[in-house]
Amino acid sequence: MLAMEYRGPKRVRAVQKPMPEIKHPEDAIVRVTRSCICGSDLHLYNGNVPDTRVGSTFGHEFVGEVVEIGPDVTNIKVGDNVIVPFNVSCGRCYFCQQGMFGNCHQANAMATAVGGIFGYSHTAGGFDGGQAEYARVPYANVGPTVIPPGMDLDDAVLLTDVVPTGYQAAEMAGIQKGDTVLVFGAGPVGIMAARCAWLFGAGRVIVLDKEDYRLEFVRNYAPCEAYNFEEIGDPVLFIKKQTDWLGADCVIDAVGAEAAGNVLQTITGRKTLLQAGSATALHWAINAVKKGGVVSIVGVYGPTDNLVPIGNAMNKGLTIRGNQTSVKRLLPRLIDHVQSGRLNPKALITHRLPMEEVADGYRLFSAKLDNCIKPILIPPTVTK
Amino acid sequence: MQTQRIDYTQINGWGVDADPENDPTYPMQHREDAPPRDIFYDRPPQQPITVEVLHSIERPDVTAVFGATLPPTGLSGVIRRFAFKYSENEYKHWLPLILADRVDVVEGVLKDLAHGHVPNIFAEKGYAVEWKYNRTAFVTKMATIVAVTVGTILLLNSGKDKKSKRK
Repeated sequence: MLAMEYRGPKRVRAVQKPMPEIKHPEDAIVRVTRSCICGSDLHLYNGNVPDTRVGSTFGHEFVGEVVEIGPDVTNIKVGDNVIVPFNVSCGRCYFCQQGMFGNCHQANAMATAVGGIFGYSHTAGGFDGGQAEYARVPYANVGPTVIPPGMDLDDAVLLTDVVPTGYQAAEMAGIQKGDTVLVFGAGPVGIMAARCAWLFGAGRVIVLDKEDYRLEFVRNYAPCEAYNFEEIGDPVLFIKKQTDWLGADCVIDAVGAEAAGNVLQTITGRKTLLQAGSATALHWAINAVKKGGVVSIVGVYGPTDNLVPIGNAMNKGLTIRGNQTSVKRLLPRLIDHVQSGRLNPKALITHRLPMEEVADGYRLFSAKLDNCIKPILIPPTVTK
Repeated sequence: MQTQRIDYTQINGWGVDADPENDPTYPMQHREDAPPRDIFYDRPPQQPITVEVLHSIERPDVTAVFGATLPPTGLSGVIRRFAFKYSENEYKHWLPLILADRVDVVEGVLKDLAHGHVPNIFAEKGYAVEWKYNRTAFVTKMATIVAVTVGTILLLNSGKDKKSKRK
């Protein structure tokens, strides 16, 4: 089968690989029909996640048709078209029992701090991902969810990560009616977080980024106020002025390790890997939120350390919440939002590439070329 | 700078998920209605361990499922095995893994060559789209790399020439 393959920092290619096999009685094999490149895939692409082995297939956002099931799979059947949450979760461990499907304790042998994630390095379980024609899906009774009749596959594939992560970012922000919500990052997750902030009753939503085309997009899509942080001077001071000198009630970091905007963070976090990614957005988030406010982190950082003003967090009495998204927990509500028209995920998709052109897709997304917001990959076995 | 306030009353779905109790600045959690949780659960059946699986020493065993397609091999594998002797709390775990990843890249190129495949770095790096959408910056970047490389080589060679003339 055709699959994306990682060869080293900023080097990927499409190659023929062996078909995945059932390895566990609760496995399923899925023929992928849509697969996305995620902003967090860029951390892998840039070589910033430890234990990213050459030969890995990335891809944790995919939907597809079930073509084979293990003997203990009862909740889905061959022929079902399914949304595959990006988390691998057993559904029965101490954490899954609490609805923390992103923190399953039986899905990642290699690290205890992170759950199992498809196609996200051996630090997240070593599972091959869905940027391929076929994928092995463990615990198929738990994660895969049948796509409702009539739902567009483009909407469905964004329910694997982007929509739930944006939604959970807003949920974790503890938004109260009328709150001012500040979102760092106008990538797909930041855009969705800004949109979802309204669902929780925000009174004002502000997005900061440095790419004008993305700011224009989120300004229309969310809709919201959107500013280029390179044009407003000190972004924290700007937000203080915008909020009667108090700071935003809630701040969402939807950027993570690839953040721009601070030379020291860029050199130590992105160029030399002396810290686990550039923490510029998180630094600004802590300083831009009001006293007693909430910082919600869905931007992805590596497993070592980051330079952030934690003393300010303590002095300001902040609540800091973060997590990998519990996709399965949120899917019923989000499917309803999509079907009712409150959310329109597929509008985020700007580029569709055949899987053979996966290297171009990564470069396009990584370098933000051709006004790229969200690229998806179409495997050659897909005819429509 | 002029701000662009949004009239949120016109937004489809505004406030439909508002939850006054989801206010983490007042950390109250009501668990009375939650189903009981058990730390001792029915562990899923174990995926047969047919390849070497390095597992975190912060857990007693390999998880019930795991990715099995890329077991550690070569020098990078030796480094990874060393890293997994230490907990996730230690730099001795993470820094060797980063080193192993870089060694793995070199091993990957060597494996390609050993199989008679010369990696197409230009294609693997997606330079075709840089050429298409970002040509000026791409040409500048490439020219800079070439200039620095040639300059370095010339500098090193001139040093050698001076040494040989002195002899």
